Amino acid sequence: MTAAAEQRTPTTVQSPLTQEETIASLGNYEFGWADSDTAGASARRGLSEDVVRDISAKKSEPEWMLEYRLKALKLFDLKPMPSWGADLSGIDFDSIKYFVRSTEKQATSWEDLPEDIKNTYDRLGIPEAEKQRLVAGVAAQYESEVVYHQIREDLEEKGVLFLDTDTALKEQPELFREYFGSVIPAGDNKFSALNAATWSGGSFIYVPKGVHVDIPLQAYFRINTENMGQFERTLIIVDEDAYVHYVEGCTAPIYSSDSLHSAVVEIIVKKGGRCRYTTIQNWSNNVYNLVTKRAKAEEGATMEWVDGNIGSKVTMKYPAVFLMGEHAKGEVLSIAFAGEGQHQDAGAKMVHMAPHTSSTIISKSVARGGGRTSYRGLVQVNKRAHHSKSTVKCDALLVDTISRSDTYPYVDVREDDVQMGHEATVSKVSEDQLFYLMSRGLNEDEAMAMIVRGFVEPIARELPMEYALELNRLIELQMEGAVG
Amino acid sequence: MATLEIKDLHVSVVSEDAPKEILKGVDLTIKAGETHAIMGPNGSGKSTLSYAIAGHPKYTITSGTVTLDGEDVLEMSVDERARAGLFLAMQYPVEVPGVSMSNFLRTAATAVRGEAPNLRHWVKEVKGAMADLDIDPAFAERSVNEGFSGGEKKRHEILQLGLLQPKIAILDETDSGLDVDALRVVSEGVNRYKASGEVGVMLITHYTRILKYIQPDFVHVFANGRIVESGGRELADVLESEGYVKYTGSKEAAALS
Repeated sequence: MTAAAEQRTPTTVQSPLTQEETIASLGNYEFGWADSDTAGASARRGLSEDVVRDISAKKSEPEWMLEYRLKALKLFDLKPMPSWGADLSGIDFDSIKYFVRSTEKQATSWEDLPEDIKNTYDRLGIPEAEKQRLVAGVAAQYESEVVYHQIREDLEEKGVLFLDTDTALKEQPELFREYFGSVIPAGDNKFSALNAATWSGGSFIYVPKGVHVDIPLQAYFRINTENMGQFERTLIIVDEDAYVHYVEGCTAPIYSSDSLHSAVVEIIVKKGGRCRYTTIQNWSNNVYNLVTKRAKAEEGATMEWVDGNIGSKVTMKYPAVFLMGEHAKGEVLSIAFAGEGQHQDAGAKMVHMAPHTSSTIISKSVARGGGRTSYRGLVQVNKRAHHSKSTVKCDALLVDTISRSDTYPYVDVREDDVQMGHEATVSKVSEDQLFYLMSRGLNEDEAMAMIVRGFVEPIARELPMEYALELNRLIELQMEGAVG
Repeated sequence: MATLEIKDLHVSVVSEDAPKEILKGVDLTIKAGETHAIMGPNGSGKSTLSYAIAGHPKYTITSGTVTLDGEDVLEMSVDERARAGLFLAMQYPVEVPGVSMSNFLRTAATAVRGEAPNLRHWVKEVKGAMADLDIDPAFAERSVNEGFSGGEKKRHEILQLGLLQPKIAILDETDSGLDVDALRVVSEGVNRYKASGEVGVMLITHYTRILKYIQPDFVHVFANGRIVESGGRELADVLESEGYVKYTGSKEAAALS
């Protein structure tokens, strides 16, 4: 490290909050600060062919990608807004900034990041996770592009690729072109088309045959600019008998007008492979979060989506698994919280295409303060997918009487010999539970948070430890002042 | 020295049509070192008394006072009452799915003691207290009361009593549904608590059999929303042989066993 670089290193390392600091932070969205925004201020608003050409040119992309983007832009214009699900009428496509470049070059050490960006990630505790070796690789995306990237050397030696998606297009052109858009076509829906036209950043992962990545690869997404549109694109290929766990977290500042996050995530899990994809989404309450996530699981492969939706104004997200080969398995575990002004429309989609495939959907949602949660799920068993099994269990908890929860389960079975299970419950926090815990000295907020934590525990225990702790903290934040 | 003082307590519960008065003027003083047995037939208002003191929102105090060492209990929220030193061992403890017993106990102890107990001492303390009550250590990792039998729930109520060390404990039909062995174990737990310090116990029961294990200093007969007779240990023996018929006029409600 050079002397100059050392000088830029802050003398204090971000330490975990003390109990007092944690308590002091309660009731606030603690990721709501904004950094100075020179890059975003000058970015243009609105979407046109020019904007798309400009993004592609800035990235010096090959011709085929520009053509792909332009085709997608046409599809975006043609596709109607979804008329089902959450209210999206507040999105103003003309005011959004579609591409914001915050730094010219990607850093490979935290010290090399521009000061304001580094501060952001310091405050989010990301370098700590890397230092403590809780992760095998880190990517950090700020606005439109990945600004920091690192992977453990031994994994690199085994041939594991963990790149930002722009770099992958340059450095792995063949692998990239083979799989890009192969799971989610540009015209799948209006927002996948938007992403295909304007995508930037995201993660590209390839895990070679038989390689097990023992601790998670992690990505951190941050929107800083007001009215920003973040359209990252993630592509994960898990080769035969390989395993990877990818974890992503998302935050943004609080602004008075809205931002848009519209990602596309494509995953291919080959024969006998396994992929787990964990998201803890904690966008501020002015972000529309409209994400298309889909995986293909080949013979004997397992795909697991673990999806936590805590923040955002509106989320529409239904992670899907297409079970393409015999004995493939798909699982979606999701938690959603909706507070005041929030609508979490989340669920899952399982498509059985082969015999002996199985799927499990477990969804837990909590609504408070007039918030709204919806479970929306589809299980489709196609002809020839005999001896398939599917279990769906969705539980909703209402913390008060002004919140709302709905369940929209769709089942489409075209084969006789299948097993289907579906359970749905909506419950309220009972007066007797609160009384019991309070009679043991817990105040009302603590008691409520304990009940809610217990409710989501079956999913929280599936998270990496530091994320489970984070989730518990977020629940306490959400429950602060939830009662009375 | 801790004193719980109940004066002319009137309590109503909101039923479907109109508020219904359950307690019609209860007077009772419990001092540290004393055990008071409250005995009475079903429906006489014994449990209402315990819930009203603990502050269950279903019950409305229409008049009267409850003080703990001179402090107005009725002004306190449910959790403030617990932190002030009141404890209610419930007849039907609720289940809290997904919350482990060990987490619950430690959170409660932290709230009541005002600081988190030292982890190493705490683990020992809980293990010892569980062993004393013949509770399988595996229960520490189970969800609070979920899938527990009636007897297991009662043992865990007494486990909490021992760990939280209140000034005044109210035991609401802790003996109901227990077999002989469980009754003995639970009673021993209550006696250990009594011996541990200057504490007072209000023991609500329908039957006299628990009084063979836990010696009361005073016995009160509860009927129709108030205490109708008070005496010493010997009053329980009278109830044992004569039942509650004298106080209720109804043979059916008066059966003691």
